Amino acid sequence: MIPAAFEYYRPKDMAGVLSILEEHGDDARVMAGGHSLIPMMKLRMADVGHLIDLQDVEGMSEIDISGNTIRIGAMVTQHDIIDHHALSAAAPILREAALQIADPQVRYMGTVGGNVANGDPGNDMPGLMQCLDATFHLTGPDGEHTVAARDFYEAAYMTAREDDQVLTAVSMPKPAGGHAYEKQKRKIGDYATAAAAALIVKDGFTCASASIAMTNLSDTPVYSEAAGAALVGTSVDDAAVGAAVAAMLGDIDPTEDNRGPIAFKKHVAGVILRRAIERAWSRA
Amino acid sequence: MKDEVTSREERIENLKGMGCSRKRVEDARFTQGKGNYVDDIKLDGMLFGDFVRSPYAHAKVVSINTEEAMKVPGVLAVLTAADLAPLGLHWMPTLAGDKQMVLADGKVLFQGQEVAFVVAEDRYAAADGIEAVEVEYEELEVLVDPFKSMGSDVVLREDTVDDAGKPVDGAHGPRKHHNHIFTWEAGDKDPTFEVIDAAEVVAEETMYYHRTHPCPLETCGCVASMDKVNGKLTLWGTFQAPHAIRTVVSLISGIEEHNIRVISPDIGGGFGNKVGAYPGYVCSVVASIVTGKPVKWIEDRMDNLMTTAFARDYWMKGRISATKEGKITGLHCHVTADHGGFDACADPTKFPAGFMNICTGSYDIPTAFLEVDGVYTNKAPGGVSYRCSFRVTEAVYFIERMIEVLAIELSMDAAELRRINFIKKEQFPYTAALGWEYDSGDYHTAWDKALKTVDYAGLRAEQAQRVEDFKAGKTRSLMGVGLSFFTEIVGAGPVKNCDILGLGMFDSCEIRIHPTGSAIARLGTISQGQGHATTFAQILASEIGLPADSITIEEGDTDTAPYGLGTYGSRSTPVAGAATAMAGRKIRAKAQMIAAYLLEVHDDDVEFDVDRFVVKGAPERFKTMKDIAFAAYNQAIPGIEPGLEAVSYYDPPNMTYPFGAYVCVMDIDVDTGTTDIRRFYALDDCGTRINPMVIEGQVHGGLTEALAVALGQEIAYDDMGNVKTGTLMDFFLPTAWEVPNYETDHTVTPSPHHPIGAKGVGESPHVGGVPCFSNAVQDAFRAFGLRHTNMPHDHWRIWKTANELGLHG
Repeated sequence: MIPAAFEYYRPKDMAGVLSILEEHGDDARVMAGGHSLIPMMKLRMADVGHLIDLQDVEGMSEIDISGNTIRIGAMVTQHDIIDHHALSAAAPILREAALQIADPQVRYMGTVGGNVANGDPGNDMPGLMQCLDATFHLTGPDGEHTVAARDFYEAAYMTAREDDQVLTAVSMPKPAGGHAYEKQKRKIGDYATAAAAALIVKDGFTCASASIAMTNLSDTPVYSEAAGAALVGTSVDDAAVGAAVAAMLGDIDPTEDNRGPIAFKKHVAGVILRRAIERAWSRA
Repeated sequence: MKDEVTSREERIENLKGMGCSRKRVEDARFTQGKGNYVDDIKLDGMLFGDFVRSPYAHAKVVSINTEEAMKVPGVLAVLTAADLAPLGLHWMPTLAGDKQMVLADGKVLFQGQEVAFVVAEDRYAAADGIEAVEVEYEELEVLVDPFKSMGSDVVLREDTVDDAGKPVDGAHGPRKHHNHIFTWEAGDKDPTFEVIDAAEVVAEETMYYHRTHPCPLETCGCVASMDKVNGKLTLWGTFQAPHAIRTVVSLISGIEEHNIRVISPDIGGGFGNKVGAYPGYVCSVVASIVTGKPVKWIEDRMDNLMTTAFARDYWMKGRISATKEGKITGLHCHVTADHGGFDACADPTKFPAGFMNICTGSYDIPTAFLEVDGVYTNKAPGGVSYRCSFRVTEAVYFIERMIEVLAIELSMDAAELRRINFIKKEQFPYTAALGWEYDSGDYHTAWDKALKTVDYAGLRAEQAQRVEDFKAGKTRSLMGVGLSFFTEIVGAGPVKNCDILGLGMFDSCEIRIHPTGSAIARLGTISQGQGHATTFAQILASEIGLPADSITIEEGDTDTAPYGLGTYGSRSTPVAGAATAMAGRKIRAKAQMIAAYLLEVHDDDVEFDVDRFVVKGAPERFKTMKDIAFAAYNQAIPGIEPGLEAVSYYDPPNMTYPFGAYVCVMDIDVDTGTTDIRRFYALDDCGTRINPMVIEGQVHGGLTEALAVALGQEIAYDDMGNVKTGTLMDFFLPTAWEVPNYETDHTVTPSPHHPIGAKGVGESPHVGGVPCFSNAVQDAFRAFGLRHTNMPHDHWRIWKTANELGLHG
């Protein structure tokens, strides 16, 4: 559990980061909280010749809520999210999800940016961001680009971010309606066996809109447009929830691991989504 | 005198002796991060060694090229089997009478096996050196299933066959097959089979007790330092048995035992993982001799989980017979024991399957027969006792599951079935069908107390309602009531029965009283968190009348501590605790003579009273132990040598047999397989209780490790012999979040043969806890036809059980 030798950088600004990235190409990696990257380096599964620590780069640790938009800097930790009252009021699903990530010690270090940028299918934030229809802000040699969270993930650890780009922030519209983040895990600190993020807007007695995303049930997070659509216009009764679950099951593609075989994961995904929908609907 | 105004009660209280919840004296340093563990040891010029490990479970080692590794800056040496062979150290004996490769000798037998030892200036250079060692392997057929291994033409170990390919005898007799290690039998085969064949009711079940690992928080490690000037080797290490390690090191290295000093400093948990000898120890010693510098070796977490001693991995097939009324008449158990590539159990020599023959449990079973077959596979070596006396967890799990299966067969309540079969109080000392003599017990009282406390009848009524509600579609949750009643066999042990590599399993205590009335006592055991410095001082306080706070307990340094066999199998209190009491009594006997001289009366005219000797019938005339200690050193007393010291080597006349009654109430989500432990009640009878707070801590810890094993903790392999659970992501180590509230309770049935009546408690909660948690899961599904399902009961396996029973619609 000793990483191979690497060069360590701690630039003060983004220009410094970008110049190191430009110089070393894919031999360099940026690091936020380090909770995914450092274990991979220790296992010598990630070979990083040049490690750029973002801790001293300013301007990425803020949470801004203005009008209908929420912007969260990439270096904001999961603990910051849990601890931020205005954010919890504006988007309570963020706090509900963050409380289910790892354990307090990890949450003090683990960042939103690292969680979404790494592309680990086990991470909770990517699915959550897809549910919230968030936008990812990337800075590179050509300036700032934005990518929708729902378009960002290509495969495990493969994303739309280029090697010379840094993810600096996520932004999203202030969510309306009821919410739920439901996660089954084996123990504290574990990745999800199955997790579901649900946002449902109620109009009278029917569902006006619904957004559903699943975590750790494919090699990417799964935004299930069809599952949301199955609820819209219904009273979110048993049949509608059943249809949403069936639609979601068509979108996921779990693999067998120590958490269990595929049939189990599909079954649990259905149960978890059902619970998420029921809780979100009860809050809508 | 000031003492005269102190009441007798106050004097007792001041001693902080037996029965008092004295705070642990160790905790000041542990809670402040001031412990001194092996990895805290830093010596001038110290080097670091680490292993090149095999990625394959079974392969021929074609070649090892160390050339590039030697070029890595900081790398000083790379040892291979070829370097150790001239010293005869490329293989080493295991504690089970087998032998084990120190470094791969032509082939590897499990994933993670030690292939080469890289010695470098620091651990970073060592890690780079490991990357640079080039090993060419030729993969061989992998056998991870003991049943397939026993039928395979593949010879795993060349030393198991003669030149003609015929199996040669192993350490415990003839082999049935070249991959077979031993057969061990206890009890009477034919009478047992006759009873079972003729019985009114017979229940049969096969159960797999999965492979798991003790996983102490601190991994294994050592620092070896050979002083070439004076020829002395000092070896610090995470050793549960430092004296045994010294003797083994002497025997295999040829260094005279007086030139070896083994030191176990603070140890961060052992649970059986740190009893045996590992290649890291041998390689560190050799590397220190070669380089003339101290060499440290410390496992990382994956090394620990993948290569050092595992526990369990027992396939147990049982038959239990009874009358229609539920009186048990016979028990048969066959075990296929998977030991991996080398039999590295740490069992007493005559017991290759440990005390598995305690598998008749707490029940009066007239006839029984046990047979165990040990088998080699391509898995890590071991078979140690994880927080239990030798294989007792397996034995108790077996019988407590067989009782449940028999209850199903009889359509009987499992609590009642236990009650009618318990050994009765008046039957003790009781000789069980498989040979052990149980010292004392009062099972009915404990059982009744447990069932009453949890309102057992109420629980069953609630459970029946839940089943009805489930069938009516009102709930998706089931309720399980887990029962277990266990009898442990600990305190190994009588030298006539128990030795390890020929070392008799006595233990020892040496006491020196200082002139001013304080003392130091040294023992042959070694605490790994059990709190010996606290509790042994309490035993002595009560025995010699000096306050526990004035008594230092020291263990773990073979240059100062008396010879002992160490700490495992709950043996410290039964054996070293007895030695402590006996040595204390020697002190007291001499103190009595001194007191009599000082009081100018005959020896028989003084008697011991808490902290002093008083003249019989004249309690105002006394000498405190403090007075006596001073006189012992500073006053010429005719006929008595100066000083006040004693040593006792205690060879126990028998084992001790702690017991307990546990109940677990669990809710199970049928759809997700998740469990919620609503209540856990643990009644322990460990005989005389030395420190109730320490006992409670031990019970909490043992139950938590039981929960881990029952609900998810396993070392799993794929068909290629790859370890699937090599990190704490997948290897379940419960945190405060997963652990329920435990209710502890007790009865007290002292051991009649132990000087203070104590029986040992550290492992009871693990032994009793595993079947209790497991039975709760299984009981939840009893109403739907489940007889038995194997542990670990993690989410997907519980879900699978529900699924197979048709509970998912």
